[in-house]
Amino acid sequence: MNYSIAFKTIVFKEIYRFLRIWPQTLLPPAITTTLYFLIFGKLIGDRIGTISGASYMDYIVPGIIIMSVISHSYANVVSSFYSTKFQRNIEELLVAPVPNWVILSGYISGGIIRGLLVGAVVALISLLFAEFAVHNIAIALSTALLTATLFSLAGFINALLAESFDDISIIPNFVLTPLSYLGGVFYSVDMLPPIWQTISMGNPILYMVNAFRYGLIGVSDIDIQLTFIMMIGFIITLTLFSLYLLYKGIGIKN
Amino acid sequence: MKALSLGNLRKTYSNGFEALKGINLQVEEGDFFALLGPNGAGKSTAIGIISSLVTASSGSVSIFGHDLKTDCERAKSCIGLVPQEVNFNQFDTVKGIVLNQAGYYGMPRKLALQRTEHCLKQMDLWDRRDTVSRRLSGGMKRRVMIARAMVHAPKLLILDEPTAGVDIEIRRSMWLMMQEVNQQGTTIILTTHYLEEAESLCRNIAIIDEGRIVENSDMASLLSRLHIDHFVLDLAEPLNTAPTIGGCQVELISDKVLAIAIPKEIGLNQLFSQLTAQNIQVMSLKNKTNRLEQLFMDLVASK
Repeated sequence: MNYSIAFKTIVFKEIYRFLRIWPQTLLPPAITTTLYFLIFGKLIGDRIGTISGASYMDYIVPGIIIMSVISHSYANVVSSFYSTKFQRNIEELLVAPVPNWVILSGYISGGIIRGLLVGAVVALISLLFAEFAVHNIAIALSTALLTATLFSLAGFINALLAESFDDISIIPNFVLTPLSYLGGVFYSVDMLPPIWQTISMGNPILYMVNAFRYGLIGVSDIDIQLTFIMMIGFIITLTLFSLYLLYKGIGIKN
Repeated sequence: MKALSLGNLRKTYSNGFEALKGINLQVEEGDFFALLGPNGAGKSTAIGIISSLVTASSGSVSIFGHDLKTDCERAKSCIGLVPQEVNFNQFDTVKGIVLNQAGYYGMPRKLALQRTEHCLKQMDLWDRRDTVSRRLSGGMKRRVMIARAMVHAPKLLILDEPTAGVDIEIRRSMWLMMQEVNQQGTTIILTTHYLEEAESLCRNIAIIDEGRIVENSDMASLLSRLHIDHFVLDLAEPLNTAPTIGGCQVELISDKVLAIAIPKEIGLNQLFSQLTAQNIQVMSLKNKTNRLEQLFMDLVASK
């Protein structure tokens, strides 16, 4: 059985889906992040000065890019896979000889591609406001890739377990958004009181934002090695959990 | 070779409902097989298990010799499923739906395009290939699902009430299509509530009720078991009371309409002789119910 064709079919279907609805998928992050750069970076940032030796605009660019990667990789998989469940066209995949790992990797790849594409769009927009030499491209790209993978997997699990459209909006609204804003996108964790510094260390997004910031401008509050170990650990755990849910048919089979 | 073999198949849902109570069933290669049963009998659960949409509690499923548990991919590649309800992406085009399904079955792009064109032409949908599927009529949506199920040329085609809700013209064209597909060698399992459809298309039949197979035989021998035919007679002149006809049950439905249950050993000639002797002139005659429908009701009611 040639699984590569089934895999490509799922991935192209996913890419076609988010490109077809580009006013919902690609345009909003471009507008939102332009406003972030304009208001926080330019208008307010000019009065803040520098953080860890970087201008405020340069400091927030990596966080805003990675925040976009997180929200869009998650949103792509959770909305696409839940719609597939809701319209019951998941049955097209279940009746076909497509192994669970191909279904999972196909949807996750779609999420990664959208997450990275949106990240690239935001990065391009940031060039209108900030000028910086990339400190370590390999760390920046690998952080973005692992972050997109991790949140695509989280979105997939959310979609599998969701029983209504409310269930797929709870995590993005009440978990991801607060964690992103509290993940050091707009500030250094050193600026917080000690108790909040300690609490912030439990926020995984803080690690990803800082690793990506290190890759772009060479500034980080967190140990980069620890961040990569954590991300890979999360990815392995979520992958195994997703495959277990698919194997048991939870959320997709009676 | 057996196209399908079910061994002691059981399914108990999480709410405790026992949908299948150990069914055994075999369908021969090339057969046109009817799986009938009242609503909630377990037909859809059985089809769901065969097509991997429902997980069986226990028992075995073998498709063309491939066990669904241990040789899952080969077993699945033999099946094409036309479900009861529309289950494709309503935002995709007709061509996209069929082409994607070919991709899921691992079909190379060039072959997938050829097969998609062939199946859409067979379903008379080629002119609508670029139409977004939600804009199609109900009958067209059903034909899209048949084209999708056929795109990988399955050896076993499962049609779960394919003609439900479509008008008689489309239904008849779908019957012709199903017969053609079967004649080309594809084994077909059909579930339907139109028993006339099952009687005219299928060679073998199983009736399932309350999770058990209550009948499994060939259509001809099953129908031969029907001892009584029911007819409705339109009369030329009105009657006040139902006439007495030896050996038959007669009911006056209205002054010019009689319903007669006639045992096979009496026959229509004897019936008409008795009617003529009583000066009753018959203008037309029709079967009160479809023959299979009568048997179906008897079998389901007797359990």
